[in-house]
Formats: sequence, C-alpha cells, structure tokens
Amino acid sequence: MLHNFYPITEISQIGENIFTLTFRSPEMASEVRPGQFINIRVNDSSTPLLRRPFSIYHVDRGKIQILFNTIGGGTKILSGKNIREFLDVIGPLGKPFTSNGNFKLAILVAGGMGVASLPFLTTSLTNHGISIETFLGARTSNQLVTKYLKNVHIATDDGSEGYHGTVVEMLLEYFRQNKSIRPMIFACGPPPMLRKISAIADDFNFPCELSIESVMACGIGICQGCPVERVDSEKKYSLVCKDGPVFNSKTIRIKADD
Amino acid sequence: MIDTSVVLGKLTLKNPVLVASGTFGYGDECLDLVDVSRLGGIITKSLSLKPRIGNPPPRIVETASGMLNSIGLANIGVEKFISEKLPVLRKLDTKIIVNIAGSTIGEYEEILLQLEQQDGIDGYEVNVSCPNVKEGGLSFGTECDTTAEITRRLRKLTSKTIIIKLTPNVTRISDFARAVADEGADAVSLINTLVGMAVDIRSRKPKLSTMTGGLSGPAIKPIALAKVYEVAKAVNIPIIGIGGIMSANDAIEFLLVGATAVQIGTANFIDPAIGLRVIDGIIGFCEQNNFKSMCDIIGAMRI
Repeated sequence: MLHNFYPITEISQIGENIFTLTFRSPEMASEVRPGQFINIRVNDSSTPLLRRPFSIYHVDRGKIQILFNTIGGGTKILSGKNIREFLDVIGPLGKPFTSNGNFKLAILVAGGMGVASLPFLTTSLTNHGISIETFLGARTSNQLVTKYLKNVHIATDDGSEGYHGTVVEMLLEYFRQNKSIRPMIFACGPPPMLRKISAIADDFNFPCELSIESVMACGIGICQGCPVERVDSEKKYSLVCKDGPVFNSKTIRIKADD
Repeated sequence: MIDTSVVLGKLTLKNPVLVASGTFGYGDECLDLVDVSRLGGIITKSLSLKPRIGNPPPRIVETASGMLNSIGLANIGVEKFISEKLPVLRKLDTKIIVNIAGSTIGEYEEILLQLEQQDGIDGYEVNVSCPNVKEGGLSFGTECDTTAEITRRLRKLTSKTIIIKLTPNVTRISDFARAVADEGADAVSLINTLVGMAVDIRSRKPKLSTMTGGLSGPAIKPIALAKVYEVAKAVNIPIIGIGGIMSANDAIEFLLVGATAVQIGTANFIDPAIGLRVIDGIIGFCEQNNFKSMCDIIGAMRI
C-alpha cells in the first residue's frame, strides 16, 4: 500500500460523461493486480470530504489509468484536472481477481461503469493463456467502452447497439446455446445485475467472482463502513475495501435493493 | 527545543496529538503508512465484552463537509483484542489508550478487569456516548447520574488514567464533565459525534440503515470548540478536544480554548498520516511565536 502524489499524464473524454485519466507511478504500477482499486483525494478542500475509490482500468509502462463517469461532484472535479497536476492516491487496495486458475475460458460481464475493471483483467488472463468472452451492458450505445477488451458481446437497454435487453438476458442465451463450456465468470456492475449473475453461476455450477462497489470512508479497513453480508450460518459481514472488492459469489449475499 | 509533552492524569504524552477511537482501527492497520511512534497516542476502536458484527449497510454517508456513520461498534471483542492486537501494540513506541464500551455498567467493569491483567495499556477511554447502538451507548451518556456511576465504578478498578468521552447530544455538557470529574475521572474527551440524518429523495429512503447516525468532520468543528470552551470553564481536569480537526491550525484552536490534547478522527480516513502533519504544524506554530512548551498555548486564547 502506497500513499503519494503522482503526476497526471492524460485526461480524455471517451463517451457521454465518460472519462479516462492516467497518472505516472512506476512503483504502484508494478504492485497492482487486476480487481484492486485506488482511493483518490480529488482536491484538498472538504468538498468533497472523502476520497473516491476507482477500479484500475489499465496499466502500461509505469502508468495507471482509471475510467469514470462524471455523475457526482468528485468525478466532475477529477475530469477538470490538468495534465502535470499531481494526484493524491492511496493504493493499490483490496483483493484482486483470481486470474490464473483451473479454467481455460473466462466470461467477463459488466454493466455500466463496471467495465472499468475488465481491461486490466483481460491483459492478465491473456498472459495466462486463457480465452475470453466479454459481455457488456449499457443504457445506450454512447455509454459503451470496449477498448482493450476481447470478443465483446454488446447489450443496450434501448437497443441502440447489439442485443436489445440486459446483459444478463444476453448471457443466459449464450449459455443455453453453448452447453459444453465450463467457464469461470468475472462480473462487475450494479447490485441487481451481480445478484442475477450470482444466481446464474449457481444454476450452471460455474465458479464466479464478483467485484462489488460500496460507499467507503477510508478504503483501508479501519472505518468498518463498507460491510457486505456473508453467507454463513450466523450473520456476519465482510468489508468490501479489505476483504473484497472481489468476492467468490458463493461467499456473499447481495441484497436486491443495495 | 520545544517541549511538546502534555500530562493527562498519570499519563505523559510526548505530544498532544492522539488518533480518535474508530478512526485508526486497533492501531496495527496503519503501520505501513504512518510512523505511529511520532503520535502522542493511539485510542483503539471501542471494545465490547463480546465481538459485535455492527449495523447493516449502508453505514456511511457523506454530507456537506462531514460524514454520518452508523457502524454500530463493530469490533472483535476484548478477548481477541488481548490475544491478537495487544502483542503488536505493546511494541509500538506510543501510548496505547483502550476505548471500552459496555451495554451494561457491569460489562464496562468486566472489560476493564480483563484489560487490567494485561501489560502494555497506558489508559482507558470510556465510550458512554455512541449514538448508533440500541443498548448502552448514548442512553448512558445522556444521563448524568449513569455517566457518573460508570466513572465511580471504574475508578475503583484501576489506577491508570481514565478518560470519559462525552456526547454533545445533551442540554449542558459541562454538567456531565463536572459529574465525572467529581467521581475521579482523570480527563474528559469531547465531542463524540452529533446525531444526524440524511434522506435520499429519489428513493425516499434514509441514507443510513439505522435512520440516524453520528455526524463528524469539519462541519462539527465550531460546535466542538464551543463545547470544549464551555467545559474548560467548568472543570480543572484535562480536556481532550475532538471534532473536525483537519490541520494543525484546527488543533491549535482547540488548545487555545483550553484543550490539553486533541484527537484526530475523520481526517484519518482521508489521510492516515495527518496526525504527523498536525504535530509538525504545532511545533512550527510554537517556533514562530517563541513558545517553549504546550503550557504556552493551552488555554491561551486572548479574551
């Protein structure tokens, strides 16, 4: 875990309200693994007060890139930063995806900005010789981000591109048509989507890892502010920031209205 | 050379900067990022007799210059603290103050008795003011008699420094400070969080699972300063100022109104090493003003 100030090398708008930001940190870039996140202080005022967590989108030659949607005040400030400004970053944080295991095919599923954690995972899986099929869901076509991804299947809610419907429906159809496959599933997106993916993984008996989002105060396990319910005999919580954000889908329970 | 040491009861701190309970874990989580030996001391997360799983999510919501939390005293319990955390804490070159929280007066006693048998604990902070649990917590801290009773019973069990952490969610906090001072508390720390609330108008749901939570952060600093000032006029025991400290300047304000030491809370979530910067800033302020020791700042507000 590092805490330092790193120079911004790139900021680009790549879709409707969607931006990438790159900063240079060879030490963090060599340490970070797919699925982990970083916690950024977007300015040194008290608005916003807390850091904002971001998935690692891409890592290349000592540089780390994040992807974000400017929905909130924090991300708007971030999108207005200048190149060469220094960014206050703590990371890498959390537990990574299992990117080399006993599987030959990986199914990557993302809804909305959940796609942010897939490119780095794609690089790692590819390096381990694992085949990839990627299923992306978005509200509409200008919300789609497909860069760095492999074998992309697209679903949009409004039918403006690809399958007209949800990414979950598209994935179910794919599984019904490809009965012989034994993939490992990796999913990242809104809670209702993750809940359905988890149920599908159970039905087909496929191993599955979910990357969970949560509001966080500290991001390093001290505030206890980001619990996710564990599937145990007794009710207990894990922390998204420290025990996750990646969890085996069989170990946690995602509530429908989270 | 500036003498930064301060005294809380029987306890001498190397400097007046502590990290507040619940904002620095059990003290061992931040060792990667912070040289804790430079801190005046660490106040641990509240310990209950048995482990507590805490409240359901959502437990955190950011508000204007602040945050609401409803953690619900999630903690590993006193037994596990003794076996897993204390051996690490004992080796640190800083004062270890263990925060305790019972759901009955008997539980406070039992926790303290277990901790008294251990080496490496320099003092206790008694949480009688958690707003986020059903039994104990704030229901104790808002009754002056009960707060005094807890102090009296714990005083009999230890000669170590006892700090009572007071809630601002009462009519007159100085009455509580006086009551615990009379029962032998070595110091008081204030303020704990203020009860607050936030609602999501889109879903029309409360933003915390428990409806209300505790407000902290820079939003509460003016209130905290006023409470410390009020208590400083009422009691002679040392006061530890808490509430929205984000910088050395904030900490110095608390010292000027009469706090002997300060605790940094929410700011640790944003910068775990903020305590060290606050210490450096206090030393810089002393140098600029030709102050030789903390006595030159504490209560030195000009009126």
